[in-house]
This record gives sequence, C-alpha cells and structure tokens, in this order.
Amino acid sequence: MDYELTELSYHAKEIAKVARSLGLDFYPVHFEICPAEAIYSFGAYGMPVRFTHWSFGKAFYRMKMQYDMNLTRIYELVINSNPAYAFLLEGNRLLQNKLVIGHVYAHVDFFKNNYYFKRTPKDMVVRMEAHAQRIREYELEYGRETVEKTLDAVLAIQEHVDFRAHLGGKKEEPKSSNPKSSKSSKEQKKHYITQYTDLWEEETVQEEEKKMPAEDLLLYLITYSPALEDWQRDIISMIREESLYFYPQIETKIINEGWATFWHSRIMRELELTDAESLDFAVMHSQVVQPSRLQLNPYYLGVKIWEKIAQEQDLETLFEIREMDNDISFIRNYLTQDLVEELNLFNFRKVGAHWQVTETEWEKVRDNLVKQLVHGGHPRILVLEDDYEGKGGLYLMHAHEGVDLDLVYLEKTLQLMQPLWGKGVYLETVVDGKKVLFECSNNTVIRKSLAKAQEK
Amino acid sequence: MSEDIIVSREDWSLHRKGYLDQSRHKEKVQEAIKQQLRDLIVDESIILSDGKKTMKIPMRSLEEFRFRFDYNKKNHTGQGNKKMRSGDIIAREGQRKQGGGTGSGAGDEPGIDIYEAEVTYEDLAAILFEELKLPNLDSKKRPLLAHDHLEFRDIRKKGLMSNIDKKRTILESIKRQALKGHHKELKIIPEDLRYKTWETHPNYETNAVILAMMDTSGSMGQFEKYISRTFFFWMVRFLRQKYKNVEMRFLAHHTEAKEVTEEEFFTRGESGGTRCSSVYKLALEIIEKDYPPAHYNIYPVHFTDGDNIGSDNLRALSLMEKLVEVSQVVGYGEILRTHYSSTLMSTLKRITDSKLRLVTIRDRNEVYDALKAVFSER
Repeated sequence: MDYELTELSYHAKEIAKVARSLGLDFYPVHFEICPAEAIYSFGAYGMPVRFTHWSFGKAFYRMKMQYDMNLTRIYELVINSNPAYAFLLEGNRLLQNKLVIGHVYAHVDFFKNNYYFKRTPKDMVVRMEAHAQRIREYELEYGRETVEKTLDAVLAIQEHVDFRAHLGGKKEEPKSSNPKSSKSSKEQKKHYITQYTDLWEEETVQEEEKKMPAEDLLLYLITYSPALEDWQRDIISMIREESLYFYPQIETKIINEGWATFWHSRIMRELELTDAESLDFAVMHSQVVQPSRLQLNPYYLGVKIWEKIAQEQDLETLFEIREMDNDISFIRNYLTQDLVEELNLFNFRKVGAHWQVTETEWEKVRDNLVKQLVHGGHPRILVLEDDYEGKGGLYLMHAHEGVDLDLVYLEKTLQLMQPLWGKGVYLETVVDGKKVLFECSNNTVIRKSLAKAQEK
Repeated sequence: MSEDIIVSREDWSLHRKGYLDQSRHKEKVQEAIKQQLRDLIVDESIILSDGKKTMKIPMRSLEEFRFRFDYNKKNHTGQGNKKMRSGDIIAREGQRKQGGGTGSGAGDEPGIDIYEAEVTYEDLAAILFEELKLPNLDSKKRPLLAHDHLEFRDIRKKGLMSNIDKKRTILESIKRQALKGHHKELKIIPEDLRYKTWETHPNYETNAVILAMMDTSGSMGQFEKYISRTFFFWMVRFLRQKYKNVEMRFLAHHTEAKEVTEEEFFTRGESGGTRCSSVYKLALEIIEKDYPPAHYNIYPVHFTDGDNIGSDNLRALSLMEKLVEVSQVVGYGEILRTHYSSTLMSTLKRITDSKLRLVTIRDRNEVYDALKAVFSER
C-alpha cells in the first residue's frame, strides 16, 4: 500500500472524529485520490459517469486548460450520495488535503441534513451510470446524430422543471373528477407510468388532467407532446431527473460553500499544526475566500455570513439554519446592514458603454441578490396552451419579473426545442416594456408585437 | 466509528471520457468553421500574415443556448475592495473579464459567453483543401519525374526497436506458449519480437503544370487585386500541399504579358490598359516550349476585371480556344462590381467546351465558390 494512502487514511479518520465531536453529522465518505484529468472530467460532467455530450467535452476542455495554465485548481469534488464520494487531487500537499477533508465532511453534513436535499436520490451515481448506458444504446439504435439532436434540444430547456413539485398540498388534491377527458393521452400516459414508474412517482399519478399553467415544461412534453418517440421521452425523463437532482446544489451554493468553509477553519483549529502548516493553511484559506469584484465569490460571502451568525447565536441555531435554509432565505434573513457595508457590496448595471455602480443601500443590495437567486437564476417559463389558434401550437409564457430575456438566446432555444413539440412553439414575453410574441415553426422565428401600440 | 471513512486510489488512466467528448466538440468546431469558410478564407489577417497568424472566430453554434436573462439589462451585485459610491464606473464595455473563481469552480454566472475558437491557417487549409482537387487529371501521361516513397510492407525478426510490431510480437508469444501447452501469463522473449520493415518504391505521380495568369493593369482596383490574390494564395497552397510534382508558372499582364516570380506575382502592381490575348499567347508559348500536352496535365487560370480592349476580344477568343484544346481545365475568373458581365466574358461564352470554367466574383465571399468551380470534377 502506498505511503500517501496510509497517511491520508489515518488523517481522514482523525479529522472525522474531530468533525463529529464538533457536531457535524455526515454520511460515510469514500475518498479517492485522482489525477487532475479525472477530477476535471468529473467537474465537467458533475458525476463520475454521465451520458455523452459535446457540451461536457467543451466544459472539460475549458477547465483542463485553466488548470494547465495554472489559473484555477479544483482541490476536491464531492458527490451528494450515500455513501458520499469525494475526489482529492493527486499531488495535493498533506496540509491541503487536511483542509479539503474537513471541507468535504461539512458538505456531506449539509447534504445529509438540509431540507432541500431531502428528495434527492442517494444512489444517483449508479442511476446516472444507467442513464449513460441507456443513452448509449439509443445512440447505437438510432444513430449518434439523431440522439445528439434530441439531447441538444432537451439540454436547452433542462432548467424548466418544477423543482417544488414535491412541496405543498399537491398530493392531497382530489384526482380528476372527469376521467373520460382526453382518453388517448391517458392511455399514452399509462404506458410511461409502467415504463418509468420509479422515476417520477407522485407527479404522474396525480396529474390526471392537464393543469394550466404548467411549470414543468419537461414533464409536460413527456406527457403530452404529439411528436416524440418513446426513446425521446425516456431521454427527457432522464435529463429531468438529473436536473431535479442537481437543483438543490444550485440553490444552496452560497450557504453550503460558506458552511463548508466555516467548518474547515474550525476543524483546522482543532488539529495540531506546525507553524509551517499554519501558514500554509492561512494562505490556502485566503485563496478560497478571495473576494472578486464583478462576481461574488460564494465561498467568501457564505463564510462571512456564517461567521457573523456564529458571533451572535449558539451552535444549535447554526445547525438549525443549515437544516432549514437555502441561499434565498439565508441571504434574506442574515445578510445584514453591517455585512453589506463591511464587504463593500453594491449593485451595478450597464449604463451606456459603462458598468456603473447604481446602489449601495444595504436593503437594495440584499433584495437584488435574492432576486438573482430566484428559480436558480433562470427565467420562469410557463405552458399556457397546447392548441394555440386551433393549430396545435404550444404557447409558452415567460413570467416577466422586471428583466428582459436575451433575445438571441431566446430565438435559438426556441429553434432547438421546437422539434420536441412538432408543431409551432410560441413564447410570450416582454421586451422594453412591450408585450411580444415569438413564433417558431419550420426552423424560423418570427417576432410579433402583442400590444397593438395603444400606449405612447 | 470511523470505519466508514475510506481512502483509496484507483487507476484512472483509462478514463478518457472527457477527451472523447472533447473530440466531438472539436468536430463541431470544424463543422462551424466549414459553415463560415467562405468568409474566413478571405480574411486579411490570414492572407496578409502569409498563413502564420491565428484568428479568433465566434462560434455561435457551439454556445449552449437556453432561456436566459439579458445580461446587459440586469442589475448585478458586486463586491468592492473599498467603499463604492453610486455612479462609480467599474468597467467599460468589452473589458469585462470572467470572474476569478478559486476553489471548486466558484461562480456559475452565465454572463458574457460568446464562444470563440482559435483558428489557424492549417485548420482552414485542411478543411478547404478537402473539397478541392485537380479535375480531369490524366494518369496515362507517363511521368518524367518520380520520387521515392517508403512503404512498410514486410515483417522481420530483426529490425529497429522503434519499428516493433506489437500485435505480431504478442501473437508470436501466445503461439509459442500454446505450443508448449501452457498459457498462463504473457511473457515476451527475444525470439518473439517482430519488426516492421520498409521498402522503397518509386512513386509515380502525374505531371501537372499550373499557369497562373493575372491582370495587373490600371483598371484593377484594390478590391480586384485583393480578390485575385486571395484566389491564387489558396490555389498555390492547395497545389503544394496535395500534389508533390505540380509546377507553377506565374504570368502577369496588362497590354503586354511577361513571366514573373511568385513573389512579384503577389506583390507587384502595374498600370496601363488591358490586352488579355497577350497573356494567352505567352501561355501557349510556354506550353509549346516546356510542357508537351502529351506528357503534362495543363491548368491555365486567369483572373481579370474583364475590362479588355474591345478590339482584342476576338483575338483573345481564338487563343483561348487553343488553350482549352491543350489543357485539362481552364479557369477564367472575372471580378466585377456591377451586375453586367464584360464583353470578353460574353465572347468567351461562345466556347462550349466544358473544360473552360467561367466564374464571376462580385463579393468577397464568392472566392470560395470560384475555387470550387475551378478545382473540382464536374
């Protein structure tokens, strides 16, 4: 057995003891030492094994290049599963690994205890391996290009899933009182239910009747699209499952990174470090929490908020917060005036050709941050109709909340997703204060004004 | 309590997934270049740098499109290293850099994500040349020249270590052990080694000559010169890369024609009127002297603005007829900025032989079509 492994194994266990004595409660963790290439591919795919798509290759290339040019370095990567998997970069110094191991335990504690992770499957590693396998089989059967086209289309709308479908009183809702309606689609649905039962249990069973507006675009396409073949529905349902799995990580980025950073410092304090190691630790820690100007560093912002809370509250409250909050509530509740001022936070936007500071009042800064985090930072798109103007068009509406959409992206996304519906796809949104409808059919997009220029 | 913590190390050397998908991504970059090829090959930075520079081209088709907010219309939150005041300018357009994340990839800001790929002259050439070839190449004409060509065709027991044939060596080892009746582990002994060995063959390549003819008269403006040089730039490189034994002769003309060096051909400008027949006559003389059509594939290519002295047109026509007769293909390109074609063009159209390929270039991005029209089988 190699020396590095024995030594690390010893320290990982020691640090686990320390972490548990401090109150952290985590799943078993399986650490693996990996070369940079492996870590960067996990980073690009978000998982050790995932389906094949060029966008992952692009991400991998970019990450690897930044690593080769010494711009960034991923020290570790944790997978939310039970047991949790954590990958350590080969060549990390022992001290670096100690810090990273502490960081990992805190992440796993968060995965295990935070409310938003309650629904994520704990065996996602093997599920995603199975997805990769199925998609590979579809490639063999239907051709790589065909499958890639479907993947391109589905990935373009992968965020449009109802992340809160499992919450609230939906389960108690009575089943449709009119079982005769849309018989054919019901039969269709039965078919999927048998095929993918374990993938989306409760939603399908209760959705006996088309609900408008529908928030879950992917589920809507799986259930009602007239243009899809079964293997395509399967692909959508797999990507949907992966989206649902990843979403809690997106909506707890700041609080979770802050939590892990907060705890790795505390754990390191408990360990006996030499002077050299202490210095090494200080350097590394400060790199992790380095503020950046135009883009907030979630590690830094998160750990600052946690430290502030720790000054004022007891540990028990901290553990409660990590159980109940996500980024939005964390910031809304705990980003105080003191912190905004201490961290020199400000709002900025583009004015003419300049990026200009617009506001520094703490409440405005806080509210703007919260606003950007809503729905994972993605626009909300609702399905309003599926027979627009009697021609079977799918009518989507962007729930406009003050910020316009990127129109180039909008048109391209419509073109990509349109084949999933087959007939025309429409998107209503607001551009510069005016209602606009984009219509996509036959691979072209037409823009129409909805407000007939009544106000001037 | 800590038995649930495991540290291990696996062999990841076969983990190639990132690279595999990266190669698909690269393929898509190539496709995107192909689609933009007609604009890219006339880019000054490539032509003027003599193929040494790279250029960055936006690859919109490789962006990951989704419904997203307009970055420029959004209110963002940032962090200062000092107290900021409303109205402070923190960046100018085009200066905005990607946030410097540390740790496990901080930040997932979509932000400004115009994906650019770096394209070198070689990338462009590879894609462009794939589609070009010398048409009507006649292999029956016995070559006068041949160059030696190495071919690995033989396997021997002795040889250079770097030429070892792994597959056959392992096969030998398996065979030997199977004969002895035991085949537990693979062991290679010196007797198993097999080496690839080469033979030299004379490689006969068909002889071909290109006569590049360019109008350098005063009526050829900046645009016309640029277009014809761009055409010849790619033509010369294409021929050098794909055909080892192609000869090239460069002829420039106004009212008189003369042979010039390659460098002069690409750099010199002249003035005066235009008499196209002069260059056709020179071409025919060169052919007669140096390139007997029985032994050579001949490809004359002429670029002009078509602004020929009217009285010369008939003479040009009859010389062109002779050129077409002795050549495999003749290219005649006219660079025009009006919708009319020249009287020379309409005169040449009387030749019905499909070996004469007439092209008109009115826009920069038509150079690509012109190259394809001349250098392809019909």
